[in-house]
Amino acid sequence: MTHRKLMRTTALVAALMGGVAAPALAETPPNMLVIANRIDDIKTFDPQESFEFAGADVSRNVYEKLVNFDPMDLDAGYQPSLAESWEISEDGKTITFKIAEGHVFSSGNPVTAKDAAFSLQRAVKLDKTPSFILTQFGFTADNVDEMIKVVDDMTLSITLDKQYALSFVLNCLTATIGGVVDMETAMANEVDGDMGNEWLRTNTAGSGPYKVVEWKPNESVLMDLNPNYHGDKPAMERVIVQHIQESATQRLQLERGDIDVARNLSPEDVTGAMEVDGVKVLDEQRGQIMYWSANQKNEMLSDPKVLEALKWATDYAGMEGSFLKGQWITHQAYLPLTFLGALEDKPFGFDLDKAKAALAESGHPDCGPIKISVREAQERLDIAQSLQNTWGQLGCDIELIVGTGAQTLDRYRAREHDIYLGAWGPDYPDPNTNAGTFAANPDNADEAGNTGYLAWRNAWDAAGFNDDTLAAVVENDTEARKQMYLDSQAKFQQEAPFGIMFQRIEQSGLRDSVENWVVGGATTAVSYWVVTK
Amino acid sequence: MADISQHREDRRGPVFPPWLKKLTATLLTVAVTLLGLLFVTFMIGRVMPIDPVLAVIGERATQAQYEAAYLELGLDKSVFQQFLIYLGDVLQGDFGKSIRTGQQVTTDIARVFPATLELASLGTIIGIVLGVPLGVMAAVYRGSWIDQIARLIGLIGYSMPIFWLGLVGLLIFYGILDWVEGPGRLGVFYQGIVPERTGLLLVDSAIAGDWTVFKNAFGHIILPACLLGYYSLAYISRMTRSFMLEQLNSEYVTTARVKGLSERKVIWRHAFRNIRIQLITVIALAYANLLEGSVLTEIIFAWPGLGSYITTSLLANDMNSVLGGTVVIGTIFVGLNIFSDLLYRFFDPRAK
Repeated sequence: MTHRKLMRTTALVAALMGGVAAPALAETPPNMLVIANRIDDIKTFDPQESFEFAGADVSRNVYEKLVNFDPMDLDAGYQPSLAESWEISEDGKTITFKIAEGHVFSSGNPVTAKDAAFSLQRAVKLDKTPSFILTQFGFTADNVDEMIKVVDDMTLSITLDKQYALSFVLNCLTATIGGVVDMETAMANEVDGDMGNEWLRTNTAGSGPYKVVEWKPNESVLMDLNPNYHGDKPAMERVIVQHIQESATQRLQLERGDIDVARNLSPEDVTGAMEVDGVKVLDEQRGQIMYWSANQKNEMLSDPKVLEALKWATDYAGMEGSFLKGQWITHQAYLPLTFLGALEDKPFGFDLDKAKAALAESGHPDCGPIKISVREAQERLDIAQSLQNTWGQLGCDIELIVGTGAQTLDRYRAREHDIYLGAWGPDYPDPNTNAGTFAANPDNADEAGNTGYLAWRNAWDAAGFNDDTLAAVVENDTEARKQMYLDSQAKFQQEAPFGIMFQRIEQSGLRDSVENWVVGGATTAVSYWVVTK
Repeated sequence: MADISQHREDRRGPVFPPWLKKLTATLLTVAVTLLGLLFVTFMIGRVMPIDPVLAVIGERATQAQYEAAYLELGLDKSVFQQFLIYLGDVLQGDFGKSIRTGQQVTTDIARVFPATLELASLGTIIGIVLGVPLGVMAAVYRGSWIDQIARLIGLIGYSMPIFWLGLVGLLIFYGILDWVEGPGRLGVFYQGIVPERTGLLLVDSAIAGDWTVFKNAFGHIILPACLLGYYSLAYISRMTRSFMLEQLNSEYVTTARVKGLSERKVIWRHAFRNIRIQLITVIALAYANLLEGSVLTEIIFAWPGLGSYITTSLLANDMNSVLGGTVVIGTIFVGLNIFSDLLYRFFDPRAK
């Protein structure tokens, strides 16, 4: 049975359920938050290694960072957290943080500058996948002890290889990798010089509002209050996240009152659940964007007029209004809305005449065969089929190459696709995260192996964008920086071999009593400590 | 002459009793089967057009991190070398680490297997208890309404998608009627109360004498178990019916009837006795199928078992977990085969 068939039938059963929604028969305790979510992507809780969505959710609630986002005001940007203040040196390269008093790890150890330095240094030394978020400032395993230093117990200094926009550096420190770990506990559990990595994969040692009490992979994560948390005591003393894969099952549990939050409801189940008493649905704009990209090794797809034709022959509104209903909105720039400098303009709409005209002007009016590489996930398949249909109306012969996530990604990283259909989520809450990925490519050679850059994966040398992207990360005037991104995106929309189509909207199904539920917007992860019910 | 006979004796070597020979042969077969299974699965994992490194490091890793992981996984060695290393580890009970959970595969399997074992066992028991009598009755009253109903049940069992029935079952018995508990193995408030001894929640809670937990665990397992039971019932009753029909049409049954034996004795003492052996094989097969193939039920009911573990591992290209899971499933199949073979010998004097 394919996943696709399963989803269809699930939708059918969900439709059947519509008229016979169950009354709320159970209720969770008032100080306990029970959540249904897909959490099978959690591999580790170590903040210096974790790089998955469900892992980031846990991390945000367990580890404090030097600076962080206030869940009740995400738009305000980074705020003091473990660091109560910071100063920049005259040359703009050294930032000195003053650590706030009173923060205590769940072990009872106080949070000091040593812990913060240790955590940032270990991120660089461990060199796990997310380490680039810090190493882009010039830190290496050899120099990091010199660059990130303890000045005194409560003072920490970070020296960068050159001057960057302060907002860029601080935004990066709000990412999961900036989580401050209890040095004493981590080192007490060190094995073979791993700085506690093995132990921290399954255990937590933070100063945040919660600590992980039990994790059963693919089954559940149980969090209790950190008794030493310095802030106001959260209303939810215990949080349980259960791995429930099926949307229809999540919906049944929510309607029954067995859970407080359902995080993976399909559009059909959202529609059904909204009609039920005691249940509400909350929409939140998230950071992921859905796009297609064209491999520039393919001669036809490197023709700007062909790309223009494909951008016009995409039925953005049609998809948004039908199968994507409520869960993705049309968005055509590489920065998600709510990011600094996100461009709201949507220059392309479904216009077959314009598409045909562009194609006729191109060097490939017959629009030879194009293969779309797509992962076997329902909404992506639906989008791919829509593209197949509308691009087909241009006379293009479109074939869908469907594979598992690993297969499709493999082909993409090897630059073997024609068109890749995928989603991309920001790695850290600064515009450079996507600008650097979509609109920069330091070396387009095959041997360069710059797989981290989407421009490289599409064999696009991004000439004319590289310098702009680099210039924006050192611009300290926020308004000027914002304008740089706006300009870059407008140009990108027209010239780049990327067709950006949608931005994600996450719909959470909640029991009526649940208040202050914030999944993290486009910039961060979920925050349980402000939730009440 | 004496010398010659002595010489012959030497050439023949020591004489083993037949049971020992049989045991050795069986164990050898098991070992070769499992080795073959391991080899084939390993090779499939390696020749699949998927990069195992990506599964470890994720989409964002740099080329340097990629290369480090490549070496760490030993992928620079030839496939046969890799297999030999893997085999060496497996023989020491080390199936490696799961990429997906970051834990030892043996730890993962020890956690998920009891869940599947408990569910499949209860499902099979339900299948036997209802399926065997239904099959016998259907054969005895061939063509009657009982037979028609049995066939209809079998037909539905064969044609309805299991996840659809699962969702409908949840909707009716959990959502509307509130007769059973929801998805998962245990309610969130009951977790961690009973000390884990066997990993089988019903058994553990019974040992601890905690009947509240037992009741909750039973409320969770009963619906998926009934669903799986229904599927094995459909299979078991159909096979029982056809075995019984064969017996009921044979001459010895006619003779027994002519001799004036009661119908009950004819059916249960004579005919049924003769199909026991065939039924054992059928039941063993049904049981093995449930242990291995209840993936969709596990997904619908959020049942953290082996089936969904192997499937999600496969989709994530987590080959260590897939291989570990496959060995467990393979061992179960071989084990059940040997077990049914032994029972066969026990019940059928001719086989001895």
